[in-house]
Amino acid sequence: MLEIKNLSVSVDNKQILNGLNLSVKAGEVHAIMGPNGSGKSTLAHILAGKPGYEIIGGEIIYQGKNLLAMEPELRACEGIFLAFQYPVEISGVNNLYFLKEAYNAIRRHRAEKALDAMDFLKLAKEKMKLVELNESFFNRNVNEGFSGGEKKRNEIFQMAILDPTLAILDETDSGLDIDALKTVASGVNHLRNEKKAIILVTHYQRLLDYIKPDFVHVLAQGKIIKSGDATLALRLEEEGYSWALEKENARA
Amino acid sequence: MSNDTQTIHDITNQDYKYGFVTDVEMEIAPKGLSENIVRLISNKKNEPEFLLEFRLKAYRHWLTMKQPKWQNVNFPEINYQDIIYYAAPKQKKKLESLDELDPEIRSTFEKLGISLDEQKKLSGVAVDAVFDSVSVATTFREKLGELGIIFCSFSEAVKNHPELVKKYLGSVVPYTDNYFAALNSAVFSDGSFCFIPKGVRCPMELSTYFRMNASETGQFERTLIIAEDKSYVSYLEGCTAPMRDKNQLHAAVVELVALDHATIKYSTVQNWYPGDKNGKGGIYNFVTKRGKCAGVSSKISWTQVETGSAITWKYPSCILYGDNSIGEFYSVAITNNWQQADTGTKMIHVGENTRSTVISKGISAGHGQNAYRGLIKIMKNATGARNYTQCDSLLLGNQCGAHTFPYIEVKNPTAKIEHEATTSKISEDQLFYLRQRGISSENAVSIIVNGFCKQVLKQLPMEFAVEAQKLLGVSLEGSVG
Ligand SMILES: Nc1ncnc2c1ncn2[C@@H]1O[C@H](COP(=O)(O)OP(=O)(O)O)[C@@H](O)[C@H]1O
Ligand SMILES: [Mg+2]
Repeated sequence: MLEIKNLSVSVDNKQILNGLNLSVKAGEVHAIMGPNGSGKSTLAHILAGKPGYEIIGGEIIYQGKNLLAMEPELRACEGIFLAFQYPVEISGVNNLYFLKEAYNAIRRHRAEKALDAMDFLKLAKEKMKLVELNESFFNRNVNEGFSGGEKKRNEIFQMAILDPTLAILDETDSGLDIDALKTVASGVNHLRNEKKAIILVTHYQRLLDYIKPDFVHVLAQGKIIKSGDATLALRLEEEGYSWALEKENARA
Repeated sequence: MSNDTQTIHDITNQDYKYGFVTDVEMEIAPKGLSENIVRLISNKKNEPEFLLEFRLKAYRHWLTMKQPKWQNVNFPEINYQDIIYYAAPKQKKKLESLDELDPEIRSTFEKLGISLDEQKKLSGVAVDAVFDSVSVATTFREKLGELGIIFCSFSEAVKNHPELVKKYLGSVVPYTDNYFAALNSAVFSDGSFCFIPKGVRCPMELSTYFRMNASETGQFERTLIIAEDKSYVSYLEGCTAPMRDKNQLHAAVVELVALDHATIKYSTVQNWYPGDKNGKGGIYNFVTKRGKCAGVSSKISWTQVETGSAITWKYPSCILYGDNSIGEFYSVAITNNWQQADTGTKMIHVGENTRSTVISKGISAGHGQNAYRGLIKIMKNATGARNYTQCDSLLLGNQCGAHTFPYIEVKNPTAKIEHEATTSKISEDQLFYLRQRGISSENAVSIIVNGFCKQVLKQLPMEFAVEAQKLLGVSLEGSVG
């Protein structure tokens, strides 16, 4: 489904990613771990098409298409969803209205009929249960005055509604208490099936107790320096990233 | 240019869809202004002597005045002798009913989405349609008449209710007030009149739709609204004009009078032709709007959404004369491409415990320049007066500008005045967030801007709010960077 080949990216003339490779197939869950500032969010942003980055080299193929040539909204319509590490507040814009616009934009892209306000409300109420938000969230402004945990749940709520093919979660688990963490995990597990893929960017092993990844990768020095199965996360938890880094540097 | 900038460009450069011209036979006065032209206008309309006198005094006063220069907008010298001051669609005889209306004019309003067919109208909005300064149709008149409400063209009011016109005309905006008010007082050709008698709550929105059609004409309409004790009225004004290469002058005067416990809510969605994307053509919208809260506990609320015109230069104001009276001003002004706006309000607190609220949202895109100018004046006897002003500017792109000129004059020490102002750029992160959810960048801009304006938009009556939201989107097509 997703093939990242030799990707190099810089921002403000500072190189962040340096020949990164990653291959994700339908049905798989990949966890990406790595020290602060190693470029995890950068990778997530590049996949979603955030402007402001310079692609120095490499390519990304998503469902057979050249992803880097696609506008962010087109990527979203083609099934890419990013749960942001820092969801932005948009004042004066009703949360549910915004989500209906998004949902219908994606439906129209698929040549499906847009849902009217009533039908959409039904769908929203159903998905809301999944993340244990209450309906007062519908009428608040997008992320405005939300607590950190509420923002993250709102991201998962949006993901549940938009039903993406490839979901990228950027540290959605950071700063959550254990209950919120379980909610996020159940949202992700709900989405999980053989047609979809999920990339989890995370710092902590604890999320992986609830979402079992098929692969774990370590991102450092601008590339994936180590890949393995779920046990790799446990090893990292015990020994720290320096262990993985040392091995990589010894190899180099 | 980033992708976002490009899209904003594309959106902003959307065509003005009201730019068509209607082909009707017109009666047109020769170009230029003189005492003879003033007399001709008055004569055409069979006006009573007092009105001719009013016009002539205004004209003579105007001759002594100079066009003001303090505004933060630029335009070439206007040649007042190169303007046509009277243009009216030719009507063979007086209309007996709306059915006799020139089909060309009827279809013009249909194209603009304004049905003059009372039967077909679903919503409770009575419309006065003004075509090149002449009122051509007023709907729902009889139904309103049963309640004692007078809603008609200004000319008809002069004929049928001269005592009211004589009493109130110029009572809020005297002809000496300013250059354009003097000009309007001399040459106004028509407009809307409305009178709500004691204790009546007007059951529907009253609405005037202004359409400028003839070229090289000025539009000088006059609106007068009187709300007697304990009455209520909500009034809407909309406007469009064809696309013309030459700038056209629109210098209207609106006067509102609210007596004891009366409320007047006045909403404007101004969408005159803004000129092309290089700044050629467009309307000069130089309008004087003022309301007098004459009675105790009266209230006047202005809401304006200004998206059109090459230049918008106006300050809908309130004189809070009655004790406990309330003035409000809610404004959205958009300037895109080469549009300029210098707009705001004046709140003059005269009576005790008078209160005013000012919420202004300025949005600039392209090379647009947007200025908020507001005066809060607390007079000596206005004990306990309060004002709250909030003034926010949003910039889309790097070549536009936002300016704020607040003036405060306080002559009573008990006054409480609060002023808040912010200027921000449209946020790349917000745009990206919406686009990441599948929303096109045009719609993303429109959603963010609508959110920014929400405090003002929610003041509009339902029928207008939807229109206004769409207009904001269209006016900005092409604008973030
Ligand atoms: N706009 C930017 N300008 C300059 N440096 C940036 C910018 N965005 C990110 N960086 C830098 O890129 C590196 C990677 O950042 P990021 O992808 O956010 O890391 P992570 O998510 O792994 O913590 C960091 O050193 C960060 O400071
Ligand atoms: Mg990060």
